[in-house]
Amino acid sequence: MRLRNPTGSIRRRLVIQLAAIAAFLSVAFFLTVRVVAEQAATDTQDNILAASATSIADAVYSDGGEVRLELPYSAISMLSTISEDRVFYRVLVNGATVTGYDDLPLPDPRNAVPNPQFETYLYRGENLRSVLVTRTLSAGDRAASVQVVVGQTRLGLAAISSRITSTAVAIGVGFFMVATALSFLAAQNAMSPLDHLAASVARRGPNDLRPVTAAAPAELAPLVGGLNGFMGRLRSALTRSEDLITEAAHRVRTPLATVRTQAEVIHRQMERPANKKALREMIRAVDESSRSAGQLLDHAMVTLRSDQLETETLDAAELLRDVVDRLSPTAELKDIGIIMHLPEATVHVQGDAILLQNAVRNVLDNAIKYSPADTDIDVRLGANGTCRMAFTDQGRGFAEADLEKLTQRFSRGSNVGDVVGSGLGLTIADDVARAHGGGLEISPNKGGPGACVTLVLPLV
Amino acid sequence: MRFLLVEDNLKLAKALCDRFALEGHVVDHAESLADADLSSRTVSYDMILLDIMLPDGDGREFLRAHRSAHNPTPVIVLTARSEVSDRVGLLDLGADDYITKPFDFSELQARVRAVMRRLGGAADNAKTYGDVVFDSTTGALIVAGMPEQLRNREMRLLEVFFASPGQIFSKSHLMDRLFSFSDDVSENAIEVYVGRLRRKLEPSQASIETVRGLGYRMVLSG
Repeated sequence: MRLRNPTGSIRRRLVIQLAAIAAFLSVAFFLTVRVVAEQAATDTQDNILAASATSIADAVYSDGGEVRLELPYSAISMLSTISEDRVFYRVLVNGATVTGYDDLPLPDPRNAVPNPQFETYLYRGENLRSVLVTRTLSAGDRAASVQVVVGQTRLGLAAISSRITSTAVAIGVGFFMVATALSFLAAQNAMSPLDHLAASVARRGPNDLRPVTAAAPAELAPLVGGLNGFMGRLRSALTRSEDLITEAAHRVRTPLATVRTQAEVIHRQMERPANKKALREMIRAVDESSRSAGQLLDHAMVTLRSDQLETETLDAAELLRDVVDRLSPTAELKDIGIIMHLPEATVHVQGDAILLQNAVRNVLDNAIKYSPADTDIDVRLGANGTCRMAFTDQGRGFAEADLEKLTQRFSRGSNVGDVVGSGLGLTIADDVARAHGGGLEISPNKGGPGACVTLVLPLV
Repeated sequence: MRFLLVEDNLKLAKALCDRFALEGHVVDHAESLADADLSSRTVSYDMILLDIMLPDGDGREFLRAHRSAHNPTPVIVLTARSEVSDRVGLLDLGADDYITKPFDFSELQARVRAVMRRLGGAADNAKTYGDVVFDSTTGALIVAGMPEQLRNREMRLLEVFFASPGQIFSKSHLMDRLFSFSDDVSENAIEVYVGRLRRKLEPSQASIETVRGLGYRMVLSG
């Protein structure tokens, strides 16, 4: 079956359809009640009218060829049992009015088949229901035709009918409302397994690719099966590519490490300056390729994770301390001091710990790399509206013209000289900051030579 | 110092052993987790250098077992994996530090030193020369009874002289020891550090002497 509108809400569609059915049933109920009730009221009036007319007709008797009538009081009084409507009657013998209103019309004689015969017409400005009872009376040797017409206005009936109508309307509307409310509940109830399933899928972390085990009704089983199959394929694809990256890194880095270490040993044993210089170049090339490979992997990882941040609340000072601890042996080799300025109050940021560590490490690594020996790097944490981690070095700084494009991929300052680098470090930091709703600011060091790189992150 | 190197790549292991030997360290090599387990139980090492991908299992298993056995020997992991994905796990498992291959040997030494310093040093590595006492692990220096602060390069320079007092070291050799391959420095830069060391050793009997045309050596004077 093709849905006309495959989007939109199943719940709303269900409620609307059920409400439409309820409305149809309410109208049908109303019409039925009205017709049946009015018919019953009319039948009651007709029966009494007929009984009244018959009793009048029965009261006509022949007295020695003379037709006489003793109008029974009960014939009129019985009519007042159904309402207080006015009653008219007319008795005709052989077509001549004997008593009653002689302008009370006779029902159409063409319809004179049934006896008694009923008709509704307008009389003296009012709707009148009347009955004609015909009887043949033997008066001596002649037969006399007696016609009795009894009519009653329909005001009482109209009142009953309107009461029935309003009751039927109230019941119909009530039924409709209750049915709509129930259909809403039913729709809610029918949708709840779907909501439950959706919630259990939405609750998962971005890296949770385990099969969905939430209980699902039979109709959802194919969907859950499909979802689990898809996640299984995704999981194995991710695992495969992770394994591939790990394996590739291992395969590339282990021989590079061998080459580098051997070159270091030989370099130590070499005497001729020309040979030593050649070996130095070799080792630098190894460093450059391993560094580029590492940063490319980092960059790929950052790009991958940026789409699905695993955020948690982090202590910014602790994050900085971790990275500084990690990098200080490298800095010490050049007698570079890392001086931390941390505020007394804890600064919390919301973020992906691995990514933020990576960003901080890249910025600090960059600062160490470009700092001359015997200088200090200032690491300052500030929280003034935003979390600001500022790294100020006393290195060569950035040329003014470079400030714009430094965070672009593979872009390096024009004054890097022969320092080994791939141009990805600041790009990684910038990408991470942006993924967290922050940014990277690069400015010249105000207090002297060098640059200040600031990682700006939103506070919790 | 005595190291246990757990590395399955024989060429790399050989190169690293040679490199350690140049610095005067003793290195035992284990090719597999089983070897490493046996060695670390029988010999007392100052430091274990652990590769992660090994033929008979994951180095992290070794790390976990090592920690649960309360073996006090510090472990530095040599990893060839991406730093981002690995670092948290390694440190959580009880590695004291890690270094990504390929690495600058002086960085490895710096990390070893940092770990030793953090753990309060292993054996007493202090050496005495005249009235100078120097611990190359912690970098502590006592000159004529007074403690003296050394910066990293001064410490490493003094370490070279202390390894064999009286021996002449060429400027080029000292530079190799002091500067990394990525540093671009002229041979004169060494004079700056020799000058600083001389000032710090001033009150003592030991001094660093210039041997014209050959280099420097540490001698006792007075």
